[in-house]
Amino acid sequence: MVSSIHASGTETAAVGTRAARFRRSVPIFVWASTSFLLVVVLAAIFAPVVSPYDPIRQSLRERLKGPTWFPEEGRQRHLLGTDQLGRDILSRVIYGSRISLVVGFAAVMIGGAIGGLLGLLSGYAGGIIDEIIMFLVDGQLAFPFILLAIGIIAVLGPSFGNLIIIVGLSGWVTYARIVRAQVLTIKEREYVLAIRGLGGSTWRILARHVVPNTLAPFLVIATLELARTILLESTLSFLGLGIQPPTPSWGGMLSEGRGYLDSAWWISAFPGLVLMLTALVVSRVGDWLRDVLDPTLRGA
Amino acid sequence: MPGFGRFLTYRVVRMLIALWSVVTVVFVVMRLSGDPVPLLLPPDAPIAEMERLRHEMGLDRPIYVQYGVFINQAVQGDFGRSIHFRTSAMTVVWERVPATLELAFASFVCAIVVAIPAGIISAVRRGSLIDDIVMGVALVGQAAPTFYIGIMLILTCSLWLGLFPTSGRGDWRNLVLPAVTLGAFAMASIARITRSAVLEILRADYIRTARAKGLPEFWTLAKHTMRNAAIPIVTIVGLQLGNLLGGAVVTETIFSWPGIGRLAIQSIYNRDYPVVQSCVFMTAAMFVVVNFLVDVAYGVLDPRIRH
Repeated sequence: MVSSIHASGTETAAVGTRAARFRRSVPIFVWASTSFLLVVVLAAIFAPVVSPYDPIRQSLRERLKGPTWFPEEGRQRHLLGTDQLGRDILSRVIYGSRISLVVGFAAVMIGGAIGGLLGLLSGYAGGIIDEIIMFLVDGQLAFPFILLAIGIIAVLGPSFGNLIIIVGLSGWVTYARIVRAQVLTIKEREYVLAIRGLGGSTWRILARHVVPNTLAPFLVIATLELARTILLESTLSFLGLGIQPPTPSWGGMLSEGRGYLDSAWWISAFPGLVLMLTALVVSRVGDWLRDVLDPTLRGA
Repeated sequence: MPGFGRFLTYRVVRMLIALWSVVTVVFVVMRLSGDPVPLLLPPDAPIAEMERLRHEMGLDRPIYVQYGVFINQAVQGDFGRSIHFRTSAMTVVWERVPATLELAFASFVCAIVVAIPAGIISAVRRGSLIDDIVMGVALVGQAAPTFYIGIMLILTCSLWLGLFPTSGRGDWRNLVLPAVTLGAFAMASIARITRSAVLEILRADYIRTARAKGLPEFWTLAKHTMRNAAIPIVTIVGLQLGNLLGGAVVTETIFSWPGIGRLAIQSIYNRDYPVVQSCVFMTAAMFVVVNFLVDVAYGVLDPRIRH
């Protein structure tokens, strides 16, 4: 046991120096990105407080009004304009962030839980279990997931729950592969062999040594996956297979504004811009985390 | 080349397994709904009619028999009759294949023609303004959702500038916007991977040797760099070709492009289930075949991969 403590101690020390370097060199774009994300998250949490209007309240008088930055006589002020039903775009964008973030995070958790567990099982158990899980992985990679999603939603019908499950299931493969690869290397390390030699249980090895060492790559993948799940949700909502109107979602808003591009470009442009920035910012943070925590994941 | 024969056999087997998985998934998804009969008939269909169809489709038989029959029909490309078009579902899908292939091919050519030179220039002029611009655009291109790019292109290039038509299929001008939209993500990925592949190789010893012996820079690049950089590029190109087929669903919907993707979405709205199945199967099959071709191209480019 002493040797195990000693050996894992050195690894923690290595992590410690990495963490120190980490603090010293956080680039400016990471600060900018996390600030932007923070704003989106806060807007989502405090949507009822920060939204200037009710996102689903219609107003025939205020239909298709362009963005107004300054209050005008006899006109309500809509910073980002209104849509074809007179609903305030800014309020809808703010409420839409709730959908994107909730579905995104929930999907990452589902995908991470399934993928992480299967990856752990696959890497640690090996043999036939490994073969079966890797067969499933190859199977899912064998065709574009969006088609499967379309097929499933066509049968089950679009709903919030189905959307979360489908977007969640779309990502487990990445976690499973990364965790498996990580487990395969860790389980052959001397300190793990030593614990086993000393009679340490499988659970102890998994919980104390394997899982903590897979956390860094897991976190990196989860961040990159968040960008992907947010985009997938908005794509499905755009196609009418995700969030249903009148609930505001970024993808759905883009789809609604498509018919009014000629007269009211702002209906589509603003939700799309926020969506793009969110995805960009999350994936940049993910890229940076990867470079800092685990450069070997490049291309994962 | 006995090694290559074995490699090829292995790949063919994998391709067949992948196709079989697709068919099985389609079968399972179809059974997820429980009874597909109400989906296939108008809501006011009489019970007797439902019973007749249930028997006709073999739904009163055990599940493994149904699966066997389904596999057998799938092998023949038979996924039932379209409710909306009143003809064989697969025929409807086949009619849309050329449009999708045309679009996918155009975006692909577009992506390669722009991305590979851009990636090479970026790598050679590393750290310059051009590098920053190319990589910045690539970054945005990777993060922007396909439908946003498409809508913004329609807004700027069609509605504001009047350069291209907003939708439909016709001459080359109809093709430009959908091709750029669909190809944007691939373009960004290929540019980034080309840049890093070329950078990697520019550091290699044999490039230094080539330079040292006074070979003109262009030849160094052309002869030594490109052949070695080809492998990661072919990988990403193959992966992106698959994504193109998936992304076609969105692009075709935005530009009213009469391909498989739009057909799939329309068929969901029409509750035309046999056509949805056929679309999923057809696209998956194209994807699997493309992956197979990429694998083979791999084996040809780098003999080490055959083992």
